[in-house]
Amino acid sequence: MSHAVHSPTRPDVSTQTPALEVRGLGKSFHIGGLFSSQTVRALHGVDLTIGHGEIVALVGESGSGKSTLARCVARLEKPSEGAILVDGVDVLKRDRFQASRAFRAQLQMVFQDPFGSLNPAHRVEHFLRRSLTIHGKGGTGQRGSEEQTRVRLEELMTTVGLQPDMLDSYPHELSGGQRQRVSIARALAVEPNVILADEPTSMLDVSVRIGVLNLMRKLRDEQGISMLYITHDLASARYLADRTAVMFAGEIVEEGESLDLLANPAHPYTQLLVSAVPDPARAGSYDPIHRAQLRQAVMASTTCAFEHDPDRRCSSEEPVRHQVGDPLNRHWVRCHLYRPRAGAGGHALATEPQPAD
Amino acid sequence: MTVSQISFGSHEPVLDVRNLTVQYIGDTRSTTAVDNVSFSIRAGEVFGLAGESGCGKSTIANSIMRLLKDPAKIAAGSVSFGGKDVLAMNQDELRRFRWQDVAMVFQSAMNSLNPVLTIGEQMADIFTTHAGYSRKESLRRAAQLLELVRIDPARLKSYPHQLSGGMRQRAVIAMAVALKPSLLILDEPTTALDVVVQQEIMAQIKDLQRELGFSVLFITHDMSLMVELSHRMAVMYGGRIVETAKAHDIYTAPGHPYTQALMGAFPPLTGPRIPLKGLPDGVKFRNIPDLAEVAPGHFVAPFDADAEAAVLEGAAQ
Repeated sequence: MSHAVHSPTRPDVSTQTPALEVRGLGKSFHIGGLFSSQTVRALHGVDLTIGHGEIVALVGESGSGKSTLARCVARLEKPSEGAILVDGVDVLKRDRFQASRAFRAQLQMVFQDPFGSLNPAHRVEHFLRRSLTIHGKGGTGQRGSEEQTRVRLEELMTTVGLQPDMLDSYPHELSGGQRQRVSIARALAVEPNVILADEPTSMLDVSVRIGVLNLMRKLRDEQGISMLYITHDLASARYLADRTAVMFAGEIVEEGESLDLLANPAHPYTQLLVSAVPDPARAGSYDPIHRAQLRQAVMASTTCAFEHDPDRRCSSEEPVRHQVGDPLNRHWVRCHLYRPRAGAGGHALATEPQPAD
Repeated sequence: MTVSQISFGSHEPVLDVRNLTVQYIGDTRSTTAVDNVSFSIRAGEVFGLAGESGCGKSTIANSIMRLLKDPAKIAAGSVSFGGKDVLAMNQDELRRFRWQDVAMVFQSAMNSLNPVLTIGEQMADIFTTHAGYSRKESLRRAAQLLELVRIDPARLKSYPHQLSGGMRQRAVIAMAVALKPSLLILDEPTTALDVVVQQEIMAQIKDLQRELGFSVLFITHDMSLMVELSHRMAVMYGGRIVETAKAHDIYTAPGHPYTQALMGAFPPLTGPRIPLKGLPDGVKFRNIPDLAEVAPGHFVAPFDADAEAAVLEGAAQ
């Protein structure tokens, strides 16, 4: 059986304004009582760009700050510092206090839990029609007829691979995969430029997950929608995304073309993640001593594998980016010498060190 | 036909489940959650049970432990453990059977620790209750157990909330193997954990299994993890087993379209990016027939070509 191979797409993003750009984003949460001045730093200095028609995956473990980043970009959380640019416009400056309708029309979210994100009291049609009406895309009112709205509704359903007669169904009549497709259709109704998908498949049954990923890829290919795909599943990031960024303790430590990044992970944390994914093709590769070394390297590296990098000198004070391999892959890694904040270990490192016997 | 090419374990089954049928009885209608399922696990063997949520895998685990509560009812079949009929045991026998013969680690087991008792108190409890040791001796053994799963014995004095999720899960696994059971049932032991911690725990279970020699019934929906860990596995769908074989055989040559769909649901980490196909929404297999042997030790439920075509067609969309 022969398969078509997804060609690695490299949209030419350098010459045009990115669809979404995040600059130096930081977020601290206040903890403790009313008079406490303690904070937890969830995000620090995050830079990320997503070109038009590009899918970027953000991977990391729970607690690494992926969802905080998504919530900041979606304006559900107010970032402590930094800028968010949609199509070159700084949205934090444009609408200072809350997201405007114009912003929502540009960027939509798909949430993790399709069981919680659809109101059980309404039919599918309601969710889609509401999106169309609010953003004036449905042709209702002065701008068109009910007939046009109907056509658009059915079109949306077909796009996400559902039967148009499911418009009359209630959410409880649908399977998890179908519900997530409805959520995606709801986001699409607004005709956004960017879709932010926070673990869209983790609550779904395993056998329908790939279908949702294929749908997301199709939307990108056919409609040129850019996506930020947030996941803890490296294999699905590799499958779907053009580029992958790895997050550790609220900072991005490595980023690059997905296939290249997972084949040649340069940062010890990425290596730790990649080596932990179960893969029958390389079973029995677990090595506790190597694991302990990687862990040590993440937290307190004394050497950097790129210390002979002529362009960027290693530094333990600044997060220097070293280029990895072919510049075409746009693969960079943060200098190993730059240590994460003490106590920001994350779950991967919270387990006790293995005795080196 | 004789099956003798299997190199692991002895041929004496530790656990033998025959034609097990479990129903959830409702007022107006009843559901058959497990439908005429048979399998056996040999000594020292890791047997995997794969399938999606709702396919009946946890119901099987609970039937083996006799933990089913109303409205669930074992309608037919037998479960025998080391020759003893589990379904006929009385309360006293069950009390000995559970934990001493068969121990179970539940899904999100780390939340099953009592938050107001220290880890040490909970672990020592096992020895005082089931083995009748003194409190001092129990604590000493509890410390050994923690060392077994590489947790500092000083943690005996910690409360569950002071440990990370991975450490709690390892403590629960240590508790499960405390009385050296001959069968350990792991029901999705790592679903709530991050991937790095998951791999460490799985490696530890493997080590413990090699050291202590128990058999494992391993339940998960993660096919890659299952193929890595188990010797033999079965794939369940809608209360029926649709395929069973050595894990490697299922990995290299899945026979049933549902198994193929499950396998296709996990993108690989190496090689070119190939479009994959999962199970399309709405494809259902009904009236799954009994298993037939397609290769030595490899059993697949016969399926009609229509179902397979539907799977392939759905994937083409």
